[in-house]
Amino acid sequence: MKITCKDVANVALLSRLEFSESELETFTGQMDAILEYADVLNKLNVDNVQPTAHVLPLKNVMRADETKPSLSRELALSNAPEQEDGYFKVPKIMEG
Amino acid sequence: MDYEIVIGLEIHTELKTNSKIFCGCSTKFGSEQNTNVCPVCLGLPGVLPVINEKVVEFAVKAGLALNCEILPFSKFDRKNYYYPDLPKNFQTSQYDLPIAVNGHLDIEVNGETKRINITRIHMEEDAGKLVHSGATISSSDSALVDYNRTGVPLLEIVSEPDIRSAEEARAYLEKVKAILEYLDVSDCKMEEGSLRCDANISLRPHGQAALGTKAEIKNLNSFRSVQRGIEYEVIRQEDILDEGGRVIQETRTWDENKGITASMRSKEQAHDYRYLPEPDLVPIVVDPARVAEIRANLPELPDARRQRLMNDHGLSEYDAGIITSSKAVADYFDQSVQNNGDAKVVANWLMGEVSKHLNSEGITILDCPVSPKQLTELLALIEKGIISNKIAKAVFEEMWTSRKDAEVIVKEKGLVQISDSSEIVAIVESVIAANPQSVADFKAGKDKAIGFLVGQIMKQTKGRANPDMVNTLLRERL
Repeated sequence: MKITCKDVANVALLSRLEFSESELETFTGQMDAILEYADVLNKLNVDNVQPTAHVLPLKNVMRADETKPSLSRELALSNAPEQEDGYFKVPKIMEG
Repeated sequence: MDYEIVIGLEIHTELKTNSKIFCGCSTKFGSEQNTNVCPVCLGLPGVLPVINEKVVEFAVKAGLALNCEILPFSKFDRKNYYYPDLPKNFQTSQYDLPIAVNGHLDIEVNGETKRINITRIHMEEDAGKLVHSGATISSSDSALVDYNRTGVPLLEIVSEPDIRSAEEARAYLEKVKAILEYLDVSDCKMEEGSLRCDANISLRPHGQAALGTKAEIKNLNSFRSVQRGIEYEVIRQEDILDEGGRVIQETRTWDENKGITASMRSKEQAHDYRYLPEPDLVPIVVDPARVAEIRANLPELPDARRQRLMNDHGLSEYDAGIITSSKAVADYFDQSVQNNGDAKVVANWLMGEVSKHLNSEGITILDCPVSPKQLTELLALIEKGIISNKIAKAVFEEMWTSRKDAEVIVKEKGLVQISDSSEIVAIVESVIAANPQSVADFKAGKDKAIGFLVGQIMKQTKGRANPDMVNTLLRERL
């Protein structure tokens, strides 16, 4: 597996991260090394192994359909960079 | 050119649970903004979601009623995208192992039965609600977010691209809605957003196997907009293809006011959801015995109820179909019949006066001011000959506004039908005497002339004369 600067730039875009050219170079090299290391796993024969859905041997952890008190609105909004009339306020969403 | 229309529907339905899918916040609709929120549904760091057992039960119910296989091993995944209605920047949904797969539903369109296959049903959380500052989303400088709806449990029901027209899409959606209502797993109120629909639409030349490029239409929030939105989009794509152009694969939004679909150009360019197994939720293993138990306890569904109305009450397939398309209407019908209402008469009134009044006020039968008992009392007055059918409609009108019982209105307004023959004879004779020309016309063979005479008699009695008696007595004397 060989990853390129383009792959890293795309992942950065999807993750809302901005990198300089030199950072991109560095990360591409590092990520490639990580993936190469993990590539060892691709050599294993897993034909008869079920994909792991969860690392713990647990299933069906559920709760009853009961309501519990929510946060006060004041507290819920307390970390919001901007708020208005009890709403979270966010910047423009669509291109005009 | 004549194209084949190919449509697949994605139906989202909010489940009728008390609490949200992964936390104990209330799902109550219409609460003040950001009052049903907690660290879990706001996606604050370090919180752990736990699935509401009712959501799994409802999903299995819906899966069985839509003829699906219930997967014995199911899990949740994270669907990553950035949009302010999603506080965690991912939606907890199901990707490769949904709760139910491979279902189908038979619908009737223009008297023909057609099978629509259902690819899958999965459980997921709803997103928050955005309030835009400007007139439209594109002209707004900012948006306000209410996270009350975030985490309300949803089922997404995905059909195969088996739908071939706007009418079929509507019929399929109506039937899915009816089934969910019968199961009592969702309110299915399209006006409150508890039932929503997206349509994937593409065209291809008849006979071509490969699918054309599709557009996904969002914001189809009523049966009317489903039909209109699809019809519009089909014409838009036809025009593009006829001019030798290419349909762009994109998401479009239906504008109900303008009657058009418009491209949604999001700032989020890359549509790569990067699904990954949700590490905070453990898999769901549904016990086959539990599935069998749920299956055995499924309520009567629309098709079975329609058949019962045909078998037990002699209703036509059409009438039975209309009445059973809504559980609430079918319940109203059953209650009326239990009150000794004649099934066919009740059916006619339900599809006639009752639905006319409901439609004109834009309310559903659940808010009908005339109860099934009151309706059957009114119908009993017709049956006993105390009032005519025509007067009954006026009484019904009065019942609707005053909420009084039929008998009270009939007494108060003196609407009791005149069935005393001597009283009617006197009026018949005076009308004959006053209208020699019509009498002569009738005798000369103009059968229509009798209608005028009947009308005069009804006018004098304010519609209260027993119509059968009027007819008999009039004809005797002519």
